[in-house]
Amino acid sequence: MVDAAQSMTQPIRARTTRSGLRKFLERKSTIAFFMALPLMLLIAIMVIYPAFYSLHLATLNKSMQRFVGFGNFTFLFKRETFWMVVQQSCFFAITAVIFKALIGFVVAHLVHNLPDKGQRKWRGMLLVPWVIPPAMSTLAWLWLFDPSYSAFNWILAQVGIGPIPWTGDASWARFSVILVNIWAGAPFFLIMYLAALKSVPEQLYEAAAIDGANWWQRIWYITLPMMRNIIAITTLFSLIVTFANFDIVRILTAGGPLDKTHLFATWAFRIGIEGNDIPLGASISLFMVPILAIAAVFILRDINKRGNEA
Amino acid sequence: MAEVTLRKVVKRYDDVEAVRGIDLDIPDHEFVVLVGPSGCGKSTTLRMIAGLEDISDGEIMIGGDVVNDVPPKDRDIAMVFQNYALYPHMTVAENMSFGLRLKHYPKAEIKQRITEAARMLDITDLIDRKPKQLSGGQRQRVAMGRAIVRNPKVFLFDEPLSNLDAKLRVQMRIEIKKVHQKVRTTTVYVTHDQVEAMTLADRVVVMNHGRIEQIGPPNELYHRPATKFVAGFIGSPAMNFIPCQLEESGGLLQVRVSDAAAFPVPAERVARYRAIPRDTKLLLGLRPEHLVDAQSNQSAAFQPFDATPDVIEPMGMETFVYFPLAGAQLCGRINPGIDAQAGAPLRLAVDLNHMHLLNEATGAVL
Repeated sequence: MVDAAQSMTQPIRARTTRSGLRKFLERKSTIAFFMALPLMLLIAIMVIYPAFYSLHLATLNKSMQRFVGFGNFTFLFKRETFWMVVQQSCFFAITAVIFKALIGFVVAHLVHNLPDKGQRKWRGMLLVPWVIPPAMSTLAWLWLFDPSYSAFNWILAQVGIGPIPWTGDASWARFSVILVNIWAGAPFFLIMYLAALKSVPEQLYEAAAIDGANWWQRIWYITLPMMRNIIAITTLFSLIVTFANFDIVRILTAGGPLDKTHLFATWAFRIGIEGNDIPLGASISLFMVPILAIAAVFILRDINKRGNEA
Repeated sequence: MAEVTLRKVVKRYDDVEAVRGIDLDIPDHEFVVLVGPSGCGKSTTLRMIAGLEDISDGEIMIGGDVVNDVPPKDRDIAMVFQNYALYPHMTVAENMSFGLRLKHYPKAEIKQRITEAARMLDITDLIDRKPKQLSGGQRQRVAMGRAIVRNPKVFLFDEPLSNLDAKLRVQMRIEIKKVHQKVRTTTVYVTHDQVEAMTLADRVVVMNHGRIEQIGPPNELYHRPATKFVAGFIGSPAMNFIPCQLEESGGLLQVRVSDAAAFPVPAERVARYRAIPRDTKLLLGLRPEHLVDAQSNQSAAFQPFDATPDVIEPMGMETFVYFPLAGAQLCGRINPGIDAQAGAPLRLAVDLNHMHLLNEATGAVL
């Protein structure tokens, strides 16, 4: 009798376990986890592993045979070029991002105020610099800046302005790399700001117009506060990408003249790959992390504080 | 405060005329409601008064000055929008004071005006909150507060209660009326809800197809509509329209609605209706409250007839009955104590003292 009861409960238990597993598999969060799993694995392989590997590399000597601890970092602190690269990277990123944001903001307004018919065409055309692979477009810029065949210099010569050493002089070379970066990056700001502008309800502007706000006051009191989060996120994102820029500087000046236009990425490449000192190159590139982390904390803290006010 | 005048105002969008030359005089302190169905041009008219839309033709005057080319900020008006249009990044106090701050009013005066308006609208506890922390009704009050603190010449309301639920709408309607009774600012209010129009307005302007159909106090529009559109639009449930003919029978003028049903025209209307050519196609207009049950209305003023309701709508204090007559579906209002059943014959009565006779072709009330 007892045996019979036991033999009956066993399949029931097995059935409940199976249905429990089935329930677990059918749960939305489980499905979401499995769907995100490939991406998480990809990130782990492509980002987390190299990040830790570069940390490990940065602690080795040039021949990668011996552990040197913070040796590479202390060595860097003593080099003048390192501080110049820090300065140039910050100057490059901040100047370029400010101008990209300003130009993006102004052009987004212009495009936003175009009639709907023409707007798509302009939007498409203005995005072109951002869509072309930077390595390719920078090659075109290289020709525009070429010491012998510069189209810019030819135009300037027509109005009697002497040839400018676009990539030959340190100051002009810095200007040139920033200019190309702005040209390539401003459309990103344009498209983000345009989307943000379109999400500001028209009635807010009408209410402000009735409240007595002029054009400038409407921008200052309505547009900017309404776009604040988008501006912050776009700026942060662009700051990271610009700070870590490689292709434009590499193709346009290769860090020259006299290492004056090097950024962290290009200098790390020069030392690590071209100079065959991979641990030192890894240490250079790791310096980008704390600088960007500080910027990210400040900007994201501001976004969290404000929350979603709409 | 000021009077508002519209002279032959036209609004054209490409080749479509949204507003077709309207004339309107709104004296100082008056509460005028523009009412009409969607697309009748009422909101466009309001936006033209506000300066948010250009005027294609005609003239708009506020306080005697032509404001056709004056930007909204210089018209000294305040507007309450359908979705409130509160600045989401500002607190209630900042929202209310925005206009005053732009005009560089002294801080003390701004504070005093906000406090006063907040007290009037019962939002004193909310002034440090952001709009997202407010309910629909509270947002509506803040939007009104923003208009009140400016102390403008004219208040403009663009369907301000449409986003509220039915109960809150009634409550806010009363609030708006109270506020107007206190501040007495000239007000132009747009709505598609005829109940709002009737309850709020000193005068109602009924618009249709970009034109004004009729202007008048609510009661006048209700009892003496000028057109079929106004007769059908004002009043809920709507007025019944029954195709009919006038006929003389033994020296008596009658309205015949079917072979079986004809009602004598009240004596004081006979002379007026006799002048109507007999071949004119007519409609008999009757409000539901003048189609009643015969049992509780037995005086000589009521003409009884039989009908078979197909729908009964008990509302508590009254019951609506829907029944076919002479090819039209009519609505009558009966005493809730009458036991009316759908499909069962019911003795009804019509009060022709409140009848309207309309020209079917022109829509004019005769």
